Amino acid sequence: MKSKLKEKNNTGDKVIVLERPETNLWKDAFRRLCKNKMSVLGGIIIIILAILSIFAPYIAPYHYADGSFMNNYEKPGERYLLGADFMGRDVLSRIIYGTRISLSVGMIGALTSFFIGVLYGLISGYYGGKVDNVMMRIVDIMYGFPTLLLIILMMVLFKSTFAVTTPGTFAGTLSDIDRAFGGLFFIFIGIGITAWIGMARIARGMALSLREKEYVEAARATGNSNFKIMIKHILPNLIGPCIVAVTLRIPRYITFEAFLSFIGLGVNPPTPSWGMMISEGYKAIRSNPHLALYPGLALAITMLAFNFLGDGLRDALDPRMK
Amino acid sequence: MLNYIIRRVLWAIPVLLIISLVTFYLGHAIPGGPFDKEKPVPAEIMANLESYYGLDDPLWKQYTDYLTNVLHGDLGPSYSSRSRTVNDIIAEHFPVSAVLGILAVMVAMVVGIPLGMISALKQNTYIDYSCMFFALLGVSVPAMTLGPVLVWFFALKLHLLPVARWGTWQQAILPAFTLGIGSAALLARLTRASMLQVIREDYIRTARAKGVSEKNVTVHHALKNAMIPVVTVIGPLFAALVTGSLIVEQIFAIPGCGKYFVTSVTNRDYPVVLGIMLLYALLIIIANLLVDITYSLIDPRIRYS
Repeated sequence: MKSKLKEKNNTGDKVIVLERPETNLWKDAFRRLCKNKMSVLGGIIIIILAILSIFAPYIAPYHYADGSFMNNYEKPGERYLLGADFMGRDVLSRIIYGTRISLSVGMIGALTSFFIGVLYGLISGYYGGKVDNVMMRIVDIMYGFPTLLLIILMMVLFKSTFAVTTPGTFAGTLSDIDRAFGGLFFIFIGIGITAWIGMARIARGMALSLREKEYVEAARATGNSNFKIMIKHILPNLIGPCIVAVTLRIPRYITFEAFLSFIGLGVNPPTPSWGMMISEGYKAIRSNPHLALYPGLALAITMLAFNFLGDGLRDALDPRMK
Repeated sequence: MLNYIIRRVLWAIPVLLIISLVTFYLGHAIPGGPFDKEKPVPAEIMANLESYYGLDDPLWKQYTDYLTNVLHGDLGPSYSSRSRTVNDIIAEHFPVSAVLGILAVMVAMVVGIPLGMISALKQNTYIDYSCMFFALLGVSVPAMTLGPVLVWFFALKLHLLPVARWGTWQQAILPAFTLGIGSAALLARLTRASMLQVIREDYIRTARAKGVSEKNVTVHHALKNAMIPVVTVIGPLFAALVTGSLIVEQIFAIPGCGKYFVTSVTNRDYPVVLGIMLLYALLIIIANLLVDITYSLIDPRIRYS
């Protein structure tokens, strides 16, 4: 802690005043976060991945779909830094473009768990009683579903329903959007539908205990509306732990997409998803192990980065947890 | 307490009903029937097939018929493999998934708990840091990365273990490890946190003051109590590993329920899809119920109203 010792001369006596620069929760948390080397590393990796995904066309040496059968299974070397896959496409370029898929899926998962999950839990926990009972029973039902199986079922439904649609209708528009996203749009929906449940439980538990606090009672006594109490008094107090929980959940959303693409229910080829690259490469693991191992490494590094950052955030935002 | 347990068990029934309804509806909403082939079947045969399986009934009747059968312990016929019922299929494939899940839980416990204990006893030393770094690594490396790496290294480079399939104990090692290592890391973190909390308790200080040896304090006083939160997660961990094992089953070509589920969804084999979904949902619900009950039994301060 940086504190300044200042000598003050008031009435001739020497008085030592401890001065500390003005701070708030977020500045303080940021300072603590920066002290944690691992989480800084995680943050830097995530920033690099974000840059790679945004500027992929300028960074990647080739387009992700460009390939020639003349070069299939070419070993890593001068022309292809990480080798070429079974269609002669550059593995490095496909990994770089693949960051777009993984990061966007992680982001969508995080946004839905934040905006739907946290708000849902907040309302449920704040009102309590009957409202809470009904809202939490809905969560119970969703919680009983084997998530992975439910997502698989939904993906098959989406894929085959929207495979044959007439243009101009609502379904047609949806399938156009999906095609434009390379098959990613329905993954977003599938992950969005399931992502918020865990967060809702966490936020509800915290809201339930926060609403008993004296300052909430004081706010109520001074005539604040329920909405205002929720947004101004409870939300800011549960947002820190929620940010931590969401960050630590991002790796899970990323693996969901990778798995769906692995079993062929994810993105449409030739869109490069790491999961699909692993599954394509795994078929040739005897002769060309690098085809499965490099995208796997990319996936692991991304997940590690989010876990590093999430751990650091937990120590920074919620010091009592340590 | 008893009241609470009864209410929770009763509540599981509507949850399962709604899950079955949603799954039933989703399955039937998928366009294309189970008997659509490349070469279309003649209309009369199709009509016969559909009436044999009751597919020409209205949807609600199909659902209520299905429920009646399920209540009698019959999960229905399989559309894609005609000689077997869903009961047969689950009886054949679920034990595989369950064994894989049990092995993975064992890997998780054998690796994770000692790691967490050592970490806690050597808190804030390099041993602690490296144990926790490995734990973080274990949580982060997904099965999709770890599986191929292990296969490449142990099966293809060293020729120590088989690449895939299921049947011998050698074939179980890599998949069990791939599935369990993430949970091992989870258990390690949990054990460490719980152990750190326990060794600061007053009764540990009392034991030390009485002159109990350090080893005795660790084993008899600290470990026993530190294990409580760890033990409670074993049940849900098992449920999560079994229902989440389909990634590992795909990688290692293991004929478990998860792999069969993926095949059945694409074959429109609704009864199999529904059967596996309900079985897994039941598993998850029981596991969650057990946690809540054990928590309140272990710690009487937790009261459920």
